[in-house]
Amino acid sequence: METKKIFSKDLRRPRRKTTHNKLNLGDRLFSYFCNGFIGLVCILTLYPFIYVISASLSPATSIMRNEVILFPKDITLYAYEVVVQYKGLWIAYANTVFYTVCGTLISLLLTVLAAYPLSRKRWKARKICSFFVVFTMWFSGGMIPFFLVIRDLDLLNTRFVILIYNAIAAFYVIIMRTYFERIPQEIEESAKLDGASDLTILFRIMLPLSLPVVAAIGLYYAVGKWNSYFWEMIFISDEGKMPVQVLLQRILLASQMGQELVKSLNKGERTIPITIQYACIIVTSLPIIVLYPFVQKYFVKGVMLGGVKG
Amino acid sequence: MKPGSIYREFIMNRWLYIMFLPPLIWFVIFVYWPMYGILIAFKNYNIVTGFANSPWVGIRYFEQFFSDPYFWRLLRNTLLINVYGLLWGFPVPILLALAFNELRNRKVKKVTQTISYLPYFISTVVVCGIVVKFLSPSTGVINAILQRLGFDSIYFLQKPEYFRTILISMGIWQSAGFNTIIYMATISGINTELYESAIVDGANRRQQAWYITLPGMLPTIVIMLILNLGQLLMVGHERIILLYNPMIYSTADVFNTYVYRRGLLEAEYSYAAAVSLFQCCLGFLLVYVSNRICRRLNETSLW
Repeated sequence: METKKIFSKDLRRPRRKTTHNKLNLGDRLFSYFCNGFIGLVCILTLYPFIYVISASLSPATSIMRNEVILFPKDITLYAYEVVVQYKGLWIAYANTVFYTVCGTLISLLLTVLAAYPLSRKRWKARKICSFFVVFTMWFSGGMIPFFLVIRDLDLLNTRFVILIYNAIAAFYVIIMRTYFERIPQEIEESAKLDGASDLTILFRIMLPLSLPVVAAIGLYYAVGKWNSYFWEMIFISDEGKMPVQVLLQRILLASQMGQELVKSLNKGERTIPITIQYACIIVTSLPIIVLYPFVQKYFVKGVMLGGVKG
Repeated sequence: MKPGSIYREFIMNRWLYIMFLPPLIWFVIFVYWPMYGILIAFKNYNIVTGFANSPWVGIRYFEQFFSDPYFWRLLRNTLLINVYGLLWGFPVPILLALAFNELRNRKVKKVTQTISYLPYFISTVVVCGIVVKFLSPSTGVINAILQRLGFDSIYFLQKPEYFRTILISMGIWQSAGFNTIIYMATISGINTELYESAIVDGANRRQQAWYITLPGMLPTIVIMLILNLGQLLMVGHERIILLYNPMIYSTADVFNTYVYRRGLLEAEYSYAAAVSLFQCCLGFLLVYVSNRICRRLNETSLW
């Protein structure tokens, strides 16, 4: 901050006029270049969203005639009417909200329960359990054995499996463990003197002190669960249990069109009209886009906690 | 330890043991049991007879895989996607972080950074859906622009030569902004005295960026590079599965997508598990080596 102040006050007086000009030109070019680069990045980032919104507000015929590039033409809410009335979407939304909220709570609980003992240096099992957890970051069984385990447990096509199959991310356990380790020892010692058990210490003292990291990790879990589709697609065959992403995958990307669920979006055509597809994208991404600016700083904090220190 | 002290340990720290039990059970069921299930790669897995009773066939499936005509294609695609991805994608967050650092107006900085992180949080399905729709020959906006300029529309997703570019560009679009965070954090840790003395010596912003900021980021850059190199044999299947089709298997098929097709879709469990195990082991070796190098450079430890 101070360097910027110094620079803008320009306390240094250059001795020669030519140096002064060179400074200004070189710096100005560099500044324009940087600003231009960032401007380009922002345009490239935002353009797809703007286009999708515009296309969803235009009639399909305009799109076929290549008339929609940036702004909508002949604005119509037809696509949104179809999407909003489509019951399958709201069922899927309810599923996603359920999976995300409950799944995140379960994940947070299990992550905290794993991280706290690992952070206590007096725990004799600390070293081996740490290895037990960290090893899973480097090596895993792979897709096929995982699928077979779920199948052998009779968990296919259940809501429970979606809540539990990705409950713990070892990486987040490590982050939380590091955070717990940094809480001063005296707090724990005085609590022990007062006769508190480890359980009480964790839930009454440590957790309230750890709210930043719990919030950040909770957000990461939540976004991950909201957006995840692959195993949901493999495990769930019942259309009433599908989360929004799997439904979207069928609408946008799957070539088979025969299912009941997506039939009502056809509106008589052979395939779902592109405008309706775009409207689906907007409707399903809206929560993330709307909530994102408000919670963004917690995400950034989370990366700092994890990346720089972990 | 003496028997008495083991007992004392369990009593004193009993809650710690109890607490760790649920996560332990989760790891055993969802991570370690599948690891044991890797053994099906060595057996002729039969659904009817189950795991324990399937006949042992040793390395038959591995031999089959190595002589599979697709083997070199998968290896080549995996490596090429990662190498080109690194080549194009690695510098972008670094340059972007440098550019962000030059912004004076704090509000503009905040807004542009927020915009740049946004694609990271959009789901894979939506991003791939947007890519597929944009590249569609009839309704896609890319072809609309091409046609307005007088060219013919191109069916991009059916031509193998475009796939790598599409995938890598999509990857950069989604993650470049988010990856600047860690570099921004490093930049903020650079000693401001370095800048002050540079200004006294007459350095302009560009020189400051080149001689101070960039070298200050170097440790983080090196670590990120090594970590990325460790991932050289892993390409995520989630995005490719949503984008590919049989016409572009020649450039789009990677280990994971092959395992998905042969294993989950065609139910050749043992063979797919063998492929997956091969990739996992090789990948693990790479990751292990790269992490050791990182550790040597960084003196940090995970356990």
